[in-house]
Amino acid sequence: MLDFMVEGTGNMKIAVLSGKGGTGKTLVSVNLAAVSKEATYIDCDVEEANGHLFFKPQWIEKEDIAVKIPQVDKKLCDGCRNCVNFCKFNALVYVNDELKIFDEICHSCGGCILVCPQKALTEKDKIIGIIKKGISDNVTIYTGVLNTGEPSGVPIINKLLSEKNLKENKLTVIDCPPGSSCVVMESIKDADYCILVAEPTLFGVHNLKMVYQLVKLFDKPFGVVLNKCLKEDNPAEKYCLENDIKILSKIPFDNELGTLNSNGEIVANKDEKYKKIFSSLLNKLVKEVQNEAVVNP
Amino acid sequence: MKIAIPVENKSLDSNVCLSFGRAPYFLFYNVETKESNFVVNNAAAVTGGAGIKAAQTIVDNKANVLLVTQLGENAASVLKAADIKIYQAKNASVKENLDDFTDDKLSLLEKIHAGFHGRRNR
Repeated sequence: MLDFMVEGTGNMKIAVLSGKGGTGKTLVSVNLAAVSKEATYIDCDVEEANGHLFFKPQWIEKEDIAVKIPQVDKKLCDGCRNCVNFCKFNALVYVNDELKIFDEICHSCGGCILVCPQKALTEKDKIIGIIKKGISDNVTIYTGVLNTGEPSGVPIINKLLSEKNLKENKLTVIDCPPGSSCVVMESIKDADYCILVAEPTLFGVHNLKMVYQLVKLFDKPFGVVLNKCLKEDNPAEKYCLENDIKILSKIPFDNELGTLNSNGEIVANKDEKYKKIFSSLLNKLVKEVQNEAVVNP
Repeated sequence: MKIAIPVENKSLDSNVCLSFGRAPYFLFYNVETKESNFVVNNAAAVTGGAGIKAAQTIVDNKANVLLVTQLGENAASVLKAADIKIYQAKNASVKENLDDFTDDKLSLLEKIHAGFHGRRNR
């Protein structure tokens, strides 16, 4: 491994997001963690977590993640339907003199249990996935995996970003799911700074707009990393300039980088010129976050 | 026998609504009395679980038969629990579908789709 490592990141939490998959979120996240003296990398893309393929960590912990869903004692249920009417997600129906519960529609709010006058409803655990913790050199890796067929990764992301995983005094890089929906909101809500990764196409601009609107809505400080940059005009860069959006870094469209990355290598550990791209990006982030702390304490 | 149909408008000339859960109204047609009763679908605008909630309406109105162009698996499981027979409707007027059903020209719905729930999460 090459020697120079970025220090002084404190415990800043950087979320990396993009409007669609394949723009380079994991490339940026993995390499930022790799060039930091010490870092925590959290893979919140629980539907297809792949950051661990780069770190090849030694796994040291594994935990099942469960949500609470209601179960009914049919002997106690008198068919009042308070629960059916209460549920905003319509996870319950009353048919043929029996309460029927749709587990995968339930959002685990627990409301049905509160409104049941007969105390016929109780909670039970339903395992929806796992969290794994691993170590690879200077990086601690947390990976969430949502079981196939489960509709929402939010409870796993919530657990991944729990206090104990974030509190240590080192850089945390949060590799978000693609898009701008609930799972992304859950992933960025505690971040100090958001990096939006964008591709140099019109489609890339469309996707950049989505996450740009999201981070503004969440009032997060943010900047853009332009990935796969060519010599030609870059519509994403043009959009940033027109909207006064800070461009943090430009990563070239580079065959060698692409090959290394697709072979599961951490490019910053392989070549000094790539290491420079990510260490200067991280140094820039340190300044941005410090500046933010002064302006918006 | 009571037949339920998701409809676009409160009329027998209305087209069958292609969506079940999000249909604006349901027609409940009593075969014996030839009475038509149009009920507002209170699931049409809910954020999630529309098929399930709409199926509850069909069950509560004591329909024996449902004519639909397509149906999701959650709604189907509610209707099946209530022993409601589900037939494949044609993309045509309510009247035409009722006539075809009476003439035994409609077949039972075979394909139940996996539902649209959660699709907006990605």
